Amino acid sequence: MNLSVAANSAIEALISNPMRSLLTMLGIIIGVAAVMVMMSMGEGAKREMEAQIASVGANMLTVSPGSISRGGRRGGRGSGRPFEESVVAEIESLPFVTAATGILNDPVTAVSESSNWSTSIEGGSAAYFEVNNWALSEGRAFTEQEVRSGSSVVVLGPTVANELFPGGDAIGQRIRLNSVPVTVIGVLASKGAASMGMDRDDTIVAPLGMVRNRITGGSRWVPRHVERVQFLVEDGYDMTLAQEETAVKMREIRRIDPGEDDDFRFFNFADMIQQRAEQEQTMSMLLAFTASVALIVGGVGVMNIMLVSVTERTREIGLRMAIGARGGDILTQFLVEAITLCSFGGLVGIAIGWVGAYAAAEIGGWPFAVSPTMIGISLGAAAAIGIVFGFFPARRAAQLDPIQALRHD
Amino acid sequence: MTEDRALISCRDLTKVYRMGDQEVHALAGVSLDIRAGEFVAIMGPSGSGKSSLMNLIGALDRPTSGEMWINGRSLMKMSRDELADLRNETLGFVFQQFNLLARHDALANVKLPMRYARHDVGDIDERAKECLEMVSLADRMDHRPMQLSGGQQQRVAIARALVNRPRILLADEPTGALDTRTTGEIMKLLQDLNARGITVILVTHEPEVAAYSQRQIHFRDGRIESDSAGASMLVGTEELA
Repeated sequence: MNLSVAANSAIEALISNPMRSLLTMLGIIIGVAAVMVMMSMGEGAKREMEAQIASVGANMLTVSPGSISRGGRRGGRGSGRPFEESVVAEIESLPFVTAATGILNDPVTAVSESSNWSTSIEGGSAAYFEVNNWALSEGRAFTEQEVRSGSSVVVLGPTVANELFPGGDAIGQRIRLNSVPVTVIGVLASKGAASMGMDRDDTIVAPLGMVRNRITGGSRWVPRHVERVQFLVEDGYDMTLAQEETAVKMREIRRIDPGEDDDFRFFNFADMIQQRAEQEQTMSMLLAFTASVALIVGGVGVMNIMLVSVTERTREIGLRMAIGARGGDILTQFLVEAITLCSFGGLVGIAIGWVGAYAAAEIGGWPFAVSPTMIGISLGAAAAIGIVFGFFPARRAAQLDPIQALRHD
Repeated sequence: MTEDRALISCRDLTKVYRMGDQEVHALAGVSLDIRAGEFVAIMGPSGSGKSSLMNLIGALDRPTSGEMWINGRSLMKMSRDELADLRNETLGFVFQQFNLLARHDALANVKLPMRYARHDVGDIDERAKECLEMVSLADRMDHRPMQLSGGQQQRVAIARALVNRPRILLADEPTGALDTRTTGEIMKLLQDLNARGITVILVTHEPEVAAYSQRQIHFRDGRIESDSAGASMLVGTEELA
C-alpha cells in the first residue's frame, strides 16, 4: 500500500469526523504551541543578550565602593569610603587594562530655549566613550584637555537631544543643567531600544571635573572623588582573573589589612546578562516541561482515539485482510493515520505558537524570533508523538484475526 | 493445470474451537478435492462446518489438524504474509454483507485489492473499470455504496473480487441479503464467471441457489454427508419461483 494513498485516506478519515479530530488534536496543539513559544523565547533571549554584549562590550568591568562592616554593623550599599580619582590612574596602570574612566552620576534637569527634560548626567574622562563602546553621531567628544580644565561642555544622549532640540541641530547650542550653563559639543549614537526598563540613550555625558565642581559637589571625606571606575580588560584576557588581580590592587590602594573584607565591589555587565539569560533558561525549562506534559497527554489522547477507531473499523480491517492486506499494510495504514492526525495538530499548534511567541516577545520586551528549524522541530515532535502513540493501536489492528475481524459488528 | 489434478485439496481437516470450557468440533475430518473450473455449492444447516471449511479454503484460518493445498502449495507451511498474498492473488471473496467501504465510491472499492498487490498489476484505473463493466456497472463507478441497491452493491463486490484475476472465487451466502429476482441475477453472473474458467465455491443453505452449481456438497456435524456432482439445470430466473 502506497504511503500517499494511506495519507490520503487518513486525511479523509480525519475530515469525516472533524469535532472528534479537533478534540483529539487539542493536546498536541497545546504541546506544539508551547514548544514553539519556548524555542522562540530562547532564541529571542539569546539574540538580545548578544546585542547587549555587543553594545556594552563583554570585557568591561566596573568597580565601586562597597558596604563596610564596622563593629558588627553592616552599612548599606555605597556606605564605604568613596574612591579617590587617583584610583582611576592606578587601575589604568594594570597591565591588562586598556582604558579606564571614573564616573560621577547625578540626576539633572536640562533646559534649552524651547523645552526642559529631567535626565541624568554622567561625568567621565575622555576614555568614557571608548570604555562604554559608544560612538558619536554628531559633533565631537570632549578631550583630555577639556576634562582637566573642567570645561563646560556636554555630549547629549540621542533621547535628550531629541527632547531638547526637536528640530535637531543641537551642536553649539547652550543649555542649562540645574542652572549651570554648558555648551553642547556632540550627540551620541543610539544604543538601541530600551532594555530592562531603562533607556540608555537618556543621558548626558560631561567632563568629570566639571560635573564634580558644578553639579554634584565634592565628597565629605574625599576631595576629588569618583562614584565608580569603569575599565576595559584587554581582549582575550580572562575576566575572572582580571577581577581578582584588580581586587588585589584595590586592597593595596585602600590599605585593607589581610583578613578584612573588601570595601569595594565589582560589577560585570556580561555576568548580569548571563544571569538574566539563566533566568530565561529556567523559564524555558518550565515551558519545556509544560510542553512535554501537553504532548504526552495529547499522545495518550491520540492513542485512545486510534484504539476507538480500530474497534470501530474492525470489519473494515477484516475485509482488507481478506482481500490480501498483510499485517504490515494495516500497521502502516493506522500509523500513517496517527501521524497525519498529529502532524495536522502540529501545524495548528505552530500557527498558535507563532502568535503566542509574538505576544510573549511583545510583553517580555525581547526580540521576536522564529526560524525554519523551530518549525521543523515542532512538526517533528508532533509526528514523533504520532509514531510513538500510534504504534500500539496500529499493531493491535495488524494482529487482528481476519475471521474474527470480519465477523465483528 | 490438468483436469485430474485438484486445484484445492483437503485431507483429514479438523477444526476445534474452545467455547468456554467446551470444545466444539466444527470440522471432524474432512477430505475433499476441487478441480479447476468447478462450480461447487457447499450446503448444510448452520453449525454443520460449511463456513469453517470456507474459512480454511479462503486462507483466513488454519485447521487444527490435517493438510491442505491450493494450486499445489501447502497452506500449512505458509506464513501470515504468504497467506495474505495468496488471498490477494489467487482468491476472490464475495460476502453476504458485501463489505464495501462506505467512504469510497464503487471504483475505489474495486481498486482496493490492487493496492495490496505485490506484483505489477498494470493500469489500476483501467483494470478496475474493466471489472465494473464485466458486472454491468460501468455507469455507476462514482456512486458510493449507499447510493446503490443491494444487487448493485453485490456486483461491485464481485468486481472487487475479480480485479486481481483470481483462480478461485469464494462466495459466502452471496444472495443472503438479496431478494429473489436479484438473487437470480447474481447467480447468473457467477455462472458466467465460472464459464470463463474461474473456479467458484459457494456456501449457501438455499437449495434454489445451490441449483446453479454443478456439484453440491452437504455438510452435517462437521463431516461431508453427501457429495453429488449434479449438473446445473436452471438457466433463468423465472424457473426459480
